[in-house]
Amino acid sequence: MNLVQKIEDTTVNLLRLAVTRLPRDVKDALKAAYERETDQTAKTQLKAILDNITLAEKTERPMCQDTGVIIFYVKICDKFEEISGLSEILKTATVRATREIPLRPNAVHPITQKNSGDNTGRYIPYINWEIIQGNFLEITVFPKGGGSENMSRLGMLKPGEGVEGMKKFVIDTVVQAGGQPCPPIILGVGIGGGADIAMKLAKKALLRPITQRHPDPEIAKIEEELLEAINETGIGPMGLGGKTTSLGVNIEYAHRHPASYPVGVVVQCWAARKATARIYPDGTVEYLTHEVGEK
Amino acid sequence: MAVFRFKTPVSEEDVRKLKIGDIIYVTGTLVTARDEAHKRALEYYEKGEKLPIDFEGVALYHCGPIIKKINDEWITVAAGPTTSTRMELFEAEFIEKFKVRIIIGKGGMGKKTAEACKKYGAVYCAFTGGAAVLAAEAIKKVKSVEWLDLGMPEALWVFEVENFGPLTVAIDTYGNNLYHEVMSKVEANKKEIYERLGLKKEE
Repeated sequence: MNLVQKIEDTTVNLLRLAVTRLPRDVKDALKAAYERETDQTAKTQLKAILDNITLAEKTERPMCQDTGVIIFYVKICDKFEEISGLSEILKTATVRATREIPLRPNAVHPITQKNSGDNTGRYIPYINWEIIQGNFLEITVFPKGGGSENMSRLGMLKPGEGVEGMKKFVIDTVVQAGGQPCPPIILGVGIGGGADIAMKLAKKALLRPITQRHPDPEIAKIEEELLEAINETGIGPMGLGGKTTSLGVNIEYAHRHPASYPVGVVVQCWAARKATARIYPDGTVEYLTHEVGEK
Repeated sequence: MAVFRFKTPVSEEDVRKLKIGDIIYVTGTLVTARDEAHKRALEYYEKGEKLPIDFEGVALYHCGPIIKKINDEWITVAAGPTTSTRMELFEAEFIEKFKVRIIIGKGGMGKKTAEACKKYGAVYCAFTGGAAVLAAEAIKKVKSVEWLDLGMPEALWVFEVENFGPLTVAIDTYGNNLYHEVMSKVEANKKEIYERLGLKKEE
């Protein structure tokens, strides 16, 4: 068994799974939203989304033409040895997935405006590394769409504004975005740390299933409160009005500097694509987000 | 809210029947155009050059599709709408000069477009953002492609479509804009939410 090949193949498969099948929590939330809506326009939008999801699964085609910028979250274990050259393996898998699935080439040089054509470039795919204990390699693919990313914001609030200011910043971000990020949206909120840390935590918060509240009951309460408030805005699916503006709010936090109160908000469209698998030294692959056998 | 099924070419009379919130499905010719194609079409008009496509009565789609060429045949893989506000720069003039009757996109358009819709007889419709496969399924054939030098997403793709939709009329010929109506309600709701959460109002 060639472990390097196994990692590459699994990564290509994860990218395929992510762009063609939504995780169960998001799918269930969209179905529940369709049942709950009474507004005909909102119902029409949600029905189109649900039909689109079913068709994407059936035909194995990307559910949205914007297959995003490719981001990886990788957990490396101290007892998993095959880690040298891992970033090259992930890059190769990205190029292969772009050709085979296909994915839209979304990596553009910011000065020359040249599209690399294969979803790779400087720092792209972007890889977040974490070292943990254990004997496996965990790879999460997180293709992030541009339309919703454009509505993301960082607020460097005054500590005096505190929790109240944070809630207001989140609600204002959603209202300002309106229908542009393709609602129903999911919000990742990162509080504290520093400018970069708040944004990183906000994006990382989106990895948690929307059915799972933060373990800290105080934070969990704020997540629920914000979700309810956002759905009362009436923006609705695609900004055409209705009860469903958001499917979930996930918060992460870090301790902050006494003089700073950073709040990062990352906006995720309804096509909340991600897929995770664990690869063990003997080549066994365990998929954590999708119910599938190996391909 | 009423449901209409249209065949292209669509007449001015047809679109003047529509009101915001109505649902339409389009069968016939659909042409994609993003920023670059809008810009070039208007430049051609300025110079008096002939366009490769007659836009009168067809449906114009703000979309940068993923298309695959298999054995000399173009296959539409995914074709969801792109954000329409970028085309606000060109659309009013486009409606006036080329008599396009149905514009399809996502996220809504502004005042200038709404005024042109009223004056010259056109509607702006929302297709569900991201619903790329649903769109691709309604595209029966790629009839032709023009201006491919602009790149795959920016080219003019001429599609033959069947029951393309559901499309929600968001700007009608009466000066109504569904997005603006929703957002003014949202602003009012925001005040109530602030109060309920005990947040300070905007200074």
